Amino acid sequence: MSPPAAESYLSDGRTLWSWLTTHDHKRIGVMFLVLTLFFFLVGGLFALALRIELLTPGRTIMGHLAYNRMFTLHGVTMVWLFMIPAIPSAFGNFLVPLMIGARDVAFPRLNLASVYLYVLGASVTLWGMFEGGADTGWTFYTPYSTTTGTAVLPVLVGVFIIGFSTIVTGLNFIATVHTLRAPGLTWMKLPLFVWAIYGTSIIQVLATPVLGMVLLLVALERVVGAGIFDPARGGDPLLFQHLFWFYSHPAVYIMVLPSMGVISEAVCAFSRKNAFSYRMIVYSTLGIAFVGFFTWGHHMFASGQSIFGSGAFGAMSMLVAIFTAIKIFSWLGTLYRGSIAIESPLIYTLGFMFFLFFGGMIGVAYSTTSLNLHWHDTYSVVAHFHFIMVGATVMAFLGALHYWFPKMFGRCFPAKLANSAAVLIIFGFITTFVPQFLLGNMGMPRRYADYPPHFQSLHVASTAGASLLAFGFLIIAAYLAWSLKYGAVAGDNPWGSDGFEWRSASPPPTHNFHVTPEYPTGPHEYAREEVPHAA
Amino acid sequence: MPPEAVTEHWGSEDARKQAAYLGMWVFIATEVLLFAGLFTAYGVYRSVYPEAFRAAQLTMEVGLGTLNTFLLVSSSILVALAVHAVRGNRPGLGGALLLAAALLGIVFLGVKGVEYSHHVREGGLPGDAYRFAEVPRVGASLFFTLYYLLTGLHALHVTVGVSVLTVLGVRSASGAFGPSYATPVELGGMYWHLVDVIWLFVYPILYLS
Repeated sequence: MSPPAAESYLSDGRTLWSWLTTHDHKRIGVMFLVLTLFFFLVGGLFALALRIELLTPGRTIMGHLAYNRMFTLHGVTMVWLFMIPAIPSAFGNFLVPLMIGARDVAFPRLNLASVYLYVLGASVTLWGMFEGGADTGWTFYTPYSTTTGTAVLPVLVGVFIIGFSTIVTGLNFIATVHTLRAPGLTWMKLPLFVWAIYGTSIIQVLATPVLGMVLLLVALERVVGAGIFDPARGGDPLLFQHLFWFYSHPAVYIMVLPSMGVISEAVCAFSRKNAFSYRMIVYSTLGIAFVGFFTWGHHMFASGQSIFGSGAFGAMSMLVAIFTAIKIFSWLGTLYRGSIAIESPLIYTLGFMFFLFFGGMIGVAYSTTSLNLHWHDTYSVVAHFHFIMVGATVMAFLGALHYWFPKMFGRCFPAKLANSAAVLIIFGFITTFVPQFLLGNMGMPRRYADYPPHFQSLHVASTAGASLLAFGFLIIAAYLAWSLKYGAVAGDNPWGSDGFEWRSASPPPTHNFHVTPEYPTGPHEYAREEVPHAA
Repeated sequence: MPPEAVTEHWGSEDARKQAAYLGMWVFIATEVLLFAGLFTAYGVYRSVYPEAFRAAQLTMEVGLGTLNTFLLVSSSILVALAVHAVRGNRPGLGGALLLAAALLGIVFLGVKGVEYSHHVREGGLPGDAYRFAEVPRVGASLFFTLYYLLTGLHALHVTVGVSVLTVLGVRSASGAFGPSYATPVELGGMYWHLVDVIWLFVYPILYLS
């Protein structure tokens, strides 16, 4: 094996210019990784500010208006600048061509354009933040978003532009998976991560244009008084909610499906078994992508939509739980009697499974209209979606970061430290968000900077948890940064994984494969001895 | 997508072509969803204000709208013939047809501009600017807002389409395409047909009732 620095995508041109003009999917993936990590930091700092404000009743560090802006910026940053592009644009770009034995994605130049669209959109959004930021919440609900005097417009425009980046990425992956699979790599041999990215891409290209349109309408409402969502001009603000959630509920699956793909890979790699039921995971991925388009009304149970509508949307939402359960059982079945290696990606995987299960089951309770009204707009909802978005997606993101770090950079990180950090993150997460369920159930509303004193102990617990999380992230950032330079050289396949992406060198050469690999079997077909059952 | 040297990246020229087609179809799907938001808004408000929408619709200039429909459908036929010509190794003819189609697109935009100027004179403007005495405000201003959004977004697509057809026409006339390489013309044609098809939905809901 050649030493990692000798020839790889990292050493193929070392100037900044060579990165800015690259068509290499791996470099584009790394750029997205750096960008999304930066915005994860920004959004995380907003979150910490929120938690510090909530440490005491009354004013702690900021007033109500600042708090409103802070949670809006936290939401906008985390949803559009981190969560949506994080796994598909960073890991998807890096891994999908490697996993299907291709040299690059189908449209490399469009791929580079998606980076620049993202940077442009993010810059406009950031500019809006410096202009004072929006105070509408990340959902931009009308009529408030069309009347408030804050800098909503640049944030809308920024998100609108980022939407194009998302669409381009999705389009690219769909074309790539259809046309660039290596000879012999049939659909049912594709790695499950590729399937997850494929399902995500379908949602991205179909849902994002609707978001673009609805943001455009809000912008026009502000600029020319278009009246589409304004009752005083004959419009209906509920139409905004319908159009917005038509995008934004599927967007939840843009955030969580790729994580499920990461988990499917990690579970197989660290239990040395192929997926318990490969086909079921594939079908449930597509099932979630499909059903996700028909559940948006469950965000609107308290908006006055028809009882029948609410019931139908509630029932459709429960279907998502069935598909998710299929996946969870399949992952458990994979772990069962596997040869388990307790490494940091597996710890994140286990955390993911627990949080997805917990958050998902509560989601089923929320999709029941009668129960929903009790929790509507309380802190419980905040806790629920953070269980999915942080508990599931961020865990999977960290799992992916650890699992593929040696693939991307050819270095190992200190394993024991990583394991401890993973445990710390999981405990920090539980401490942050479980109290929020209790707060919401007791009646603490979301989006308030103030609360009665008897809620304080739970808020303090939540803030303590958030500090643990922040501490954990700092440790991870420190050892990963250290490992980039000083980590042990990983070799091509430090985990001994049979995932297809490990068939090229780590870090891979610019052209990925010197010889197109052959695919006689699916991924993770570990040649294992049958373990005899106990007599 | 402009041509690029075939690399080992593509297993075959067929796969490359298939990717380009698929990419275009996916793009078309996103365009349809983009317009779907506006069509939904139109459907909702038409059902809320049926009389106002009807009254506003009766002030539309059906003649000009029909002329525009005729122009776009004709240009689509020209584009289809152009694709046929390029595939049949007559890129010069294909280029001429593409440029003729682009010209019809420009005439379409001109007619649209004439219509807009009439609306502006009558006061049929979007949102707050609405002051059309003939049709009372409630509901009708929404009709006009949606009218401008639908036709404006469509006109934007026509403008992009005209530019694409012009570039393709000039390149085809200079012999850049032929039976072995017609993909850009085919993709440009698909986009133009999309613009046409969207108009075939915009036209009846705005002009005919």
